[in-house]
Amino acid sequence: MTEALDVPYRERERSVTMESIGEEHDELLTINIGPHHPATHGVLRLLTTLEGEIVRDVTPIIGYVHTGIEKSCEDQQYWKVIPFVERMDYLSYYFNAMAFCLAVESLLEEEVPARAQWLRVIHLELNRIASHLFWIATGSLDIGAITMLWWGCRDRDLALDLFEMSGGQRFHTRYFQVGGVIEDIPPGFEEMTRKFIKTMYTRIEQYLSLLDRNEIWLQRTKGTGIVPLETLLQLGVTGPLLRAAGHPWDLRKAMPHSGYENFDFTVPVGTVGDNYDRFRVRVEEMRQSLRIVEQALDGLPEGPYITANRKVALPPRHELATSMEALIHHFKLVTEGFRVPAGESYAAVESPRGELGCYVLADGSSKPARVHVRDPSFVNLQALPEMARGHLLADFITCVAMLDPILGGVDR
Amino acid sequence: MEVTRTKIDGDSLRVRQLKAQQLLRGELEDADLEREVEQRLLFTKLETAQNWARKNALFPLGFGLACCAIEMITVIGSPRNDLSRFGAEVTRFSPRQADLLILSGRVSVKMAPIIRRLYEQMLEPKWVIAMGACSSSAGMFNNYAVVQGADKFLPVDIYVPGCPPRPEALIYGIMKLQDEIMGDPSMGWRERYRAEGTEEIA
Amino acid sequence: MPDATGLELIAQRVRESVGDDSVTDTIFYRGRATLDVAPQSVHDVIAYLRDDDQEPWDRLMSLHGVDYLPAEPRLGVHYELLSMERADRFNVRTRVGVEDPRLPTVVDVHPTANFQEREVYDMFGVVFEGHPDLRRILMPEDYEGYPQRRDFPMGGEPVIYTFNEPKLPRWYD
Repeated sequence: MTEALDVPYRERERSVTMESIGEEHDELLTINIGPHHPATHGVLRLLTTLEGEIVRDVTPIIGYVHTGIEKSCEDQQYWKVIPFVERMDYLSYYFNAMAFCLAVESLLEEEVPARAQWLRVIHLELNRIASHLFWIATGSLDIGAITMLWWGCRDRDLALDLFEMSGGQRFHTRYFQVGGVIEDIPPGFEEMTRKFIKTMYTRIEQYLSLLDRNEIWLQRTKGTGIVPLETLLQLGVTGPLLRAAGHPWDLRKAMPHSGYENFDFTVPVGTVGDNYDRFRVRVEEMRQSLRIVEQALDGLPEGPYITANRKVALPPRHELATSMEALIHHFKLVTEGFRVPAGESYAAVESPRGELGCYVLADGSSKPARVHVRDPSFVNLQALPEMARGHLLADFITCVAMLDPILGGVDR
Repeated sequence: MEVTRTKIDGDSLRVRQLKAQQLLRGELEDADLEREVEQRLLFTKLETAQNWARKNALFPLGFGLACCAIEMITVIGSPRNDLSRFGAEVTRFSPRQADLLILSGRVSVKMAPIIRRLYEQMLEPKWVIAMGACSSSAGMFNNYAVVQGADKFLPVDIYVPGCPPRPEALIYGIMKLQDEIMGDPSMGWRERYRAEGTEEIA
Repeated sequence: MPDATGLELIAQRVRESVGDDSVTDTIFYRGRATLDVAPQSVHDVIAYLRDDDQEPWDRLMSLHGVDYLPAEPRLGVHYELLSMERADRFNVRTRVGVEDPRLPTVVDVHPTANFQEREVYDMFGVVFEGHPDLRRILMPEDYEGYPQRRDFPMGGEPVIYTFNEPKLPRWYD
């Protein structure tokens, strides 16, 4: 020990490397990165076993925001289930409602008019952009690039203004209904959306110029959090994590719904599967979503915005004054709700986090007998121990940020 | 050496500075002294000054549960609705260093004891805002997994309704909390419409 | 979706390889193919469908439980399979009764079933034999009861209206 003290301080520092620390510390410390912690992705509890600074094992413990939504849905009429289901994955609320509406529409064998489909696509893609903006805002906050928090929230406010124009509320707008959408878009929506698209193209360039050539960002994200592709597939991981590892599985291209086959967009795919690839895949997805919104606005067809089947959708208000059948339908729908013939169905959409599926069991009455949502964050969270093993604690936080879990969907 | 004298105008900053200096040194005479005291000094109680300082420098605990947390982060982080106008932008993540707990989101049965422990770790004086319908009264979730209102286990000062409340609504709630800290909480609509006597008495 | 005849062919192949009594029913409704299997042969059927079948279904997308309350056997577990090459979905279903709800686990075939089987255990009480870590995932560890069964009460508080106002105790009493 005395030889080490004779060496001047700077040289002592340079001789201390990670390997020598790892050899001396072989006691394992299990700490609780508890449900309340600054890397706010919700209330996720990570039981981490550390050896020095290196993570040896991590066990996610969830359930801290379990709300029993699936059980509550069994007590509500079908159109009342939509606000419940929207609050599961609370950043991609339109996707939750979309999966549920698709499942019920397949049980009812209901045709959705073309205008409603294209309006749904516009709102879904705008929601994808808003969700990715929030991800980049909080993810960069975790890694340390705090400017992205202000920028991401600022641009997200523009997208939420669009939702407020069409749906009346920034969040959880219950805009999607079984059979179409609840209301047509107001005049001025198209103009504001085009302005938003133009702004977002330059803003994405600004984000990339801030982060993409930033030495600190590259050092923190390149090469960390790599999981082999076969492990990801076996763990059921879908979404940007799978695409960053090189597998081009996207439900919008593979099993399209609502007219996605009419749009021309590409699916960004990474090569290595590290955190940098996940970041680039999501930013590029934002750009592709802007392309889809632009094409959808250009080609928006005229027509009804909800199905004309009065047994499922409310009749327009002006008919209530003249037509008795419309009044009776309105009354039955509002008090009892529409009945769905007995059967089961499962419908899946590509949410910003992966495959969001909704299973509906109908028993012939006006309330569903079982609603289950296959949430992507719930399944993606199983990949977290694989991503984290052998990483330093700071890189582990980067992995959690790039995994993008939303605890409302995980716990439901 | 040239010495130039310039006459300074009546109420410029330099004149006010010189007058304040004379006041503190005790050099002013009767009429001047009275006028200066009337215009420039403020008398208050220590509690009021303390409360004024406390209300303008709230440290929220960085704590978010569910969808309302997204709106809370928008309030703290977005340039449009900016909480740093009110001095409350510093979110401390350690409960020992925070004094405002904004319960944003649904309080599940598993999370309730943890929130209670966080609340107990916070030091006096501390306030709680129940943001959103789910923490005020369980919102739409009348079931086994959600605590029916955070006031079942925490004393709540301000309830902000909404699902989720708009950022402006949360800022309004924080402003009402600031009024309450000053010791002057308004009764809200009863005061505005002079509707005393409409309170429910159990 | 495999259509009705495709479903019958799959059922035939499963019966030949796994066992005659493994497949109990085939259902094709609204474009969705469901294979009903006996509880004890679930693991073999899923493994067969992943590995050996002519049309392999290699990804398990969702494993969830259902309570078919008036119909017996009450608890159902659905396995939602996906084939990425053919972009096709398939559903395998088993039914177990409430008295002895045991099923073999499929974690060794599809590791993604880990959290999802724990959730089915937590919410419905179905015990998966062979699961590495079967404990409650969403409710607190010491919770009693299986919340998502149909006969479990919804919970919560009664809402105070004017007609039941005098009868309900309020929080300030």
